[in-house]
Amino acid sequence: MKQLPVVFKRELASYFATPLAYVFILIFLVLSGVFTFYLGGFYESGQADLAPFFNFHPWLYLFLVPAIAMRLWAEERKSGSIELLMTLPITRAEAVLGKFLAAWVFAGIALLLTFPMIITVNYLGQPDNGAIFTGYIGSWLLAGSYLAIGSCMSALAKNQVIAFILAVSACFLFIVSGFPMVLDALAWAPQWLLDAVASLSFLTRFDAISKGVIDLRDLLYFISLMAAWLAATAIVVDLKKAD
Amino acid sequence: MIEIKNLTKRFAHHTAVDGLSFTVQQGEVLGFLGPNGAGKSTTMKMLTGFLAPTSGTASVLGFDIQRDTLKAQQQIGYLPEGAPCYGDMTVRGFLEFIAEVRGYRGAEKKQRVLRAVEQVELEKVLEQSIETLSKGFKRRVGLAQAILHDPKVLILDEPTDGLDPNQKHQVRQLIQSLARDKIVIISTHILEEVSAVCTRAVVIAAGKLVADGTPFELESRSRYHQAVTLVADGELDRAALAAVPGVIGVEDNADGSLTLLAQPGQVIFPQVNELIRQRGWQVKELDVERGRLDEVFRSLTRGEAA
Repeated sequence: MKQLPVVFKRELASYFATPLAYVFILIFLVLSGVFTFYLGGFYESGQADLAPFFNFHPWLYLFLVPAIAMRLWAEERKSGSIELLMTLPITRAEAVLGKFLAAWVFAGIALLLTFPMIITVNYLGQPDNGAIFTGYIGSWLLAGSYLAIGSCMSALAKNQVIAFILAVSACFLFIVSGFPMVLDALAWAPQWLLDAVASLSFLTRFDAISKGVIDLRDLLYFISLMAAWLAATAIVVDLKKAD
Repeated sequence: MIEIKNLTKRFAHHTAVDGLSFTVQQGEVLGFLGPNGAGKSTTMKMLTGFLAPTSGTASVLGFDIQRDTLKAQQQIGYLPEGAPCYGDMTVRGFLEFIAEVRGYRGAEKKQRVLRAVEQVELEKVLEQSIETLSKGFKRRVGLAQAILHDPKVLILDEPTDGLDPNQKHQVRQLIQSLARDKIVIISTHILEEVSAVCTRAVVIAAGKLVADGTPFELESRSRYHQAVTLVADGELDRAALAAVPGVIGVEDNADGSLTLLAQPGQVIFPQVNELIRQRGWQVKELDVERGRLDEVFRSLTRGEAA
């Protein structure tokens, strides 16, 4: 993993080499503000917490995170630079992880820039800052999970738009898998399958963490989900790199 | 040394490389020739560890490309076809990234980048982003990237493709200056390039090796090897020329000159010269050919592809 920082550094810098990064951060900040104050009813709820802020993150990320992830591999394949990257003395794991971590840190930077929310809520009342902290951790883990899925889809599709659509669809499935409509549709299935599908949902896990409850199982869920999708990315990169 | 043994790559519908075997020694500049689609790039991709062969092995300086991929890749400088780069990076940023991947840090990194930039003359565009550069400059960035760590093995996939004649000349000079104590493999379909820079030529067609020798040996396979072309004022006696010992044919050229073909292994120039002297012909031009590489190339690769 000696080359991991080198790949990571190049990838992270490449986000900021174009206006894309700034546009993305701006959109993210504006939308999260709109969601929190207008749709979330931040003031009307009369509570000093960031629940209205975090509640919308799974939906906000659904479109924004695949937009960060779509270029990860699709762009390399399109421009042919993947041939350069994979013939440099870099392992596949270093390349996959380096790219993913750069995207994840970038998402983290965008998330950190929402700090005025923390100031606001602290100014207005006495919130549970521990819960806010775990909320941020949960939100970042959620972004990482979306990114891992997006990275795999980006490796699968040479076209960035297709990569984006595939990633949105896959993430959407992971969100709704706990919804009654999905579980009702699967009513014929045995109970263990229902439980398995329901337990895959981002929403239940994320809800718990964003309310300040850190359960080791939820952490493990997010981390193993990312690991699985990144392993899949490595396999797909290997299969598709020469196409 | 590079050793390729029975290298084969099959894709879903065709075999791109079919049981290719050859070795390359230090100091050789190997021209890898073949028509488009013959499997040159696929072979290079396997040799650099980008593609896994279906069967067969390749090793670079003793490192098997599949088992010791990273060690083999450390020995190689590779210019992929079309010289792909990260377009949004500046030339300096890109080369510094490559230097870091190659394990250089601090002052040594700076010095390595500087040297590569000097070798391919990129000083003027150092701070420009790569996507704004002309084709020639992009190709040079790709070359700089390949030679940055002074590799023992240089693999260049069509290094002069799309360059203007001056740039081609420059790149060839660079390759020649680098070639000492290295192994260089260049793929090309420009035949003059082979005579200009290569010490050995390997021709493949439909994934199979069809010829392997020095450019001179290849040229001597041409039916124009040792052929004599003459341009004269006034009529020449065709029958007399055709009767010269060793001549097996007379061809008329579009510009009015005559080409006498020699029997394989025969030298006809002295006899022809003697005849001209005897008859007192006014010959303006007299040329002995080494052979035509393009003609050899055609006969080799067409026969195999059929």
